[in-house]
Amino acid sequence: MGQTLRVTVNGEARTDEVEPRLLLVHYLRETCGLTGTHVGCDTSQCGACTVLLDGAAVKSCNMLALQADGAEITTIEGLAPEGGLHPLQTAFWENHGLQCGYCTPGFIMAAAALLAENHDPSDEEIGRGLEGNLCRCTGYVNIRKAVRAAAQAMREGATAPIGG
Amino acid sequence: MAVTQLIGARVQRREDPRLITGHGRFIEDHTLPGLTHLAVVRSPHPHARILGIDSAAARALPGVLAVFTAADFHKVLSGSMPVTPSFAPEKKYVPERFPIAEREVCFQGEPVAVVVAQDRYLAADAADLVQVTYEPLPAVVDPEVAMSPGSPLVHSDGPDNIGWDMTYAGGDIEAAFGRAEVVVKERILQQRLAPTAMEPRGVMASYSPYDEQLTLWLSSQNPHFIRLFVSGAMGIPESRVRVVSPDVGGGFGSKISPYPEDYLVPAASKLLQRPVRWIETRTESVMTTIHGRGQVFTAEAAALRDGTLLGLRLTQVLDLGAYHGTFGAFQACACLMSGGVYRWEAISARTVGVLTNKVPTDPYRGAGRPEGTHLCERMVDRVADELGMDPAELRRKNFAREFPFQNNFGLTYDSGNYDGTLDRALELSDYQGWRRRQASAREEGRLIGVGLSTWVEICGLGPSAPTAAATGGIALVEAAQIRFLPSGSVAAYVGTHAHGQGHDTTFSQLVAETLGVPLEAVDLRHGDTAEGPSFGYGTYGSRSLAVGGMALYTASQEILAKARKLAAHLLEAAPDDLEFTEGAFTVRGNPQAKKTIQEVALASYGGSLPQGMEQGLEAVSHFDPPNFVWPFGAHVCVVEVDRETGAVEILSYTGVDDCGNVINPMIVEGQVQGGIAQSIAQALFEEVVYDGESGQLLTGTMLDYLVPTMNELPTPKLDRTVTPSPTNALGVKGIGEAGTIAASAAVINAVCDALRPLGIHHVDMPASPDRLWRLMQEAGR
Repeated sequence: MGQTLRVTVNGEARTDEVEPRLLLVHYLRETCGLTGTHVGCDTSQCGACTVLLDGAAVKSCNMLALQADGAEITTIEGLAPEGGLHPLQTAFWENHGLQCGYCTPGFIMAAAALLAENHDPSDEEIGRGLEGNLCRCTGYVNIRKAVRAAAQAMREGATAPIGG
Repeated sequence: MAVTQLIGARVQRREDPRLITGHGRFIEDHTLPGLTHLAVVRSPHPHARILGIDSAAARALPGVLAVFTAADFHKVLSGSMPVTPSFAPEKKYVPERFPIAEREVCFQGEPVAVVVAQDRYLAADAADLVQVTYEPLPAVVDPEVAMSPGSPLVHSDGPDNIGWDMTYAGGDIEAAFGRAEVVVKERILQQRLAPTAMEPRGVMASYSPYDEQLTLWLSSQNPHFIRLFVSGAMGIPESRVRVVSPDVGGGFGSKISPYPEDYLVPAASKLLQRPVRWIETRTESVMTTIHGRGQVFTAEAAALRDGTLLGLRLTQVLDLGAYHGTFGAFQACACLMSGGVYRWEAISARTVGVLTNKVPTDPYRGAGRPEGTHLCERMVDRVADELGMDPAELRRKNFAREFPFQNNFGLTYDSGNYDGTLDRALELSDYQGWRRRQASAREEGRLIGVGLSTWVEICGLGPSAPTAAATGGIALVEAAQIRFLPSGSVAAYVGTHAHGQGHDTTFSQLVAETLGVPLEAVDLRHGDTAEGPSFGYGTYGSRSLAVGGMALYTASQEILAKARKLAAHLLEAAPDDLEFTEGAFTVRGNPQAKKTIQEVALASYGGSLPQGMEQGLEAVSHFDPPNFVWPFGAHVCVVEVDRETGAVEILSYTGVDDCGNVINPMIVEGQVQGGIAQSIAQALFEEVVYDGESGQLLTGTMLDYLVPTMNELPTPKLDRTVTPSPTNALGVKGIGEAGTIAASAAVINAVCDALRPLGIHHVDMPASPDRLWRLMQEAGR
């Protein structure tokens, strides 16, 4: 009944037997035990389930686990090295970019994909990049601020001298 | 309360490290050995008789453990789901509500059967295989139809559809209207809204038959109330039921009242003797989680030609849904707050609660105050419009200025400075500049509008006498417990339960400052009925700081009182000769003689205590507030309406609010930003829509129910004034609902102001492009 799925999740190569109908989000949450990826709407509007699939932001509640066969997946738990924080995580913290925190992993992952392509997004570009993510608490003001702050920190980090 | 290192500081949130790294603990993140999964079979009809349920095919599916119907649940559950008096104590008809339908379904989504299976996919498959035979009955979804004679009955055995019909009389309304020089009338709709917490509801239950212990994990704003209700329905002593509400992914009022699943999941666990979990889908959420608002107001306001407000007469028709929400009648406070920040000679407010074949309504962020404010601020603008007065001037002419101010219904506003927030909002928004730009835009045929909302809120529930009456027994005070452990670390427990408000941070700031210990020494805990005080009252109604924070404060004071006695004993001084500063007791005049509170805490567990003093340094305290608290403010919105498409663009949004003293300004700003966003969402985008003929929900996913994205919302300009509440030692009020109460009126007043040149005087919500386009087409004919 199961089929073989080979993926790399947060740097760890895995082989699992999964049901063909298993959604990627449930594979990540229940098979891999990575519960930071959330389900908010089931129909791909809210983006709480956003993960990186070979670097691209995808909504893991709208794809089957087997469709990710052979891919490298990064979830919120794997965004930064163990014990550290990605500049986006730091920026969301410093700028009060979250309240209840349920949508936050999805926002951070979508923003990570955006900043990988655009190192200095305008507010409009941030809006386009995050149009697939819904937050009910913040009114988005501090999310936009956090993404801008992270972009700046990443630009400065990229040009900082090694060891400096 | 002075600004110190911790009070008034923008301390980064302590909740965030786990949430930003994916290590939050929401309901669905919890599991148990042997966990089973429950799916609910729901009525597709708004009203039908159940003729039969055939579960054979579902039971035959491998992996299915059970299919339960009402007959099974009657073995382990009894009674009707609770309904409180709230603000409509004189109920005419309260239909009984068992958590699962037996003979008749009265709204689409009402539970009919549950399936328990080994995994969630199997449970969903099996739920589809349960065959329910229905005989559809006539349904009614429009409350104004439902209250009229000859309407179909929402419950076939009901007398009619009237839940309550009562009038609040505040002053001589006939006399006020008798003196009127101008009277304006309006019909104002408050559409149904889906609260849409990003985390749907969920329940996991584990019943142990061997010691009759029930543990319930659920996403709740008030776990102690859920424990009370569920233990009663299941006949298990309250002390043997533990409710754990971990990280809660938003609530906005939708996680206050008990739901059918809160009973059905633990009952299924008891029937099966296995742990059971149910997680709501988004469609289930829009269909079966409470809705907010759902009201039709008709109102008339009387005034003199000089702008003096005289009287307000209104009727609130409140769409209850198929059953009374547990706190549904709280929304009648729209009537009590309909006078807003103004002096009126008289207000007469009739509230009619009407049953319809839809999911119940219940408090949603603001719960009656957004509706009261929207009504009042629309009517005040209509008067200004009629008189050709500037709406800011008319407001100023009628502001309450002497505090405490008693409104027409005997409610006492604690403190206020309505001129202060309005003046600052007009300045910050460049009101006069926008008026000039509006005038020149009108000459070009462009539709720019400026809208005001000067609001006040009753919050901080609440004093014991009125709130015990409103709940039917339990006063909505708050409890806190603080314990010094021997090492000097502090465990603080509070009966409120944050779901995004950052209490772990704010309350830790408060406790650390009051006790004089480092922030890191304080561990703030809430949400688990096995810990802390015997009862907690929850987070809603912007009450947590003004009531829960105060309970922490009074518990801290009790601790300090005992610590002072012990420190005096240790320092061989009289208690009155000690000073307490920066976390240490010193003998006045001898600063060398010093004991830190953490040293005193360790000593309190020792052997040489003063005679009669017990070991330990801890306190439980209940805070019963002497009054509600009354935040206020002024918001200014500027919009442009596109003549061709009806689309509304917000050009500028300004909010100046006053919630008294502030512990963490960063968190206060976040609450205001989010509140404004939710209210703009009501004003322009969101509406739960049912088909009027079939009673079918038409907005069952986020494709159709339009929660705005980042691209639809402005970045508001914010400022605050500070008018402390005189009724609590911290001088604090509440801020969680303020933005939601303020904003819809500002937006819609701006839209109406924009459309005034076309002869349009009122617009209902959501002011969507199609609604505005139609209005403009009709006006142009």
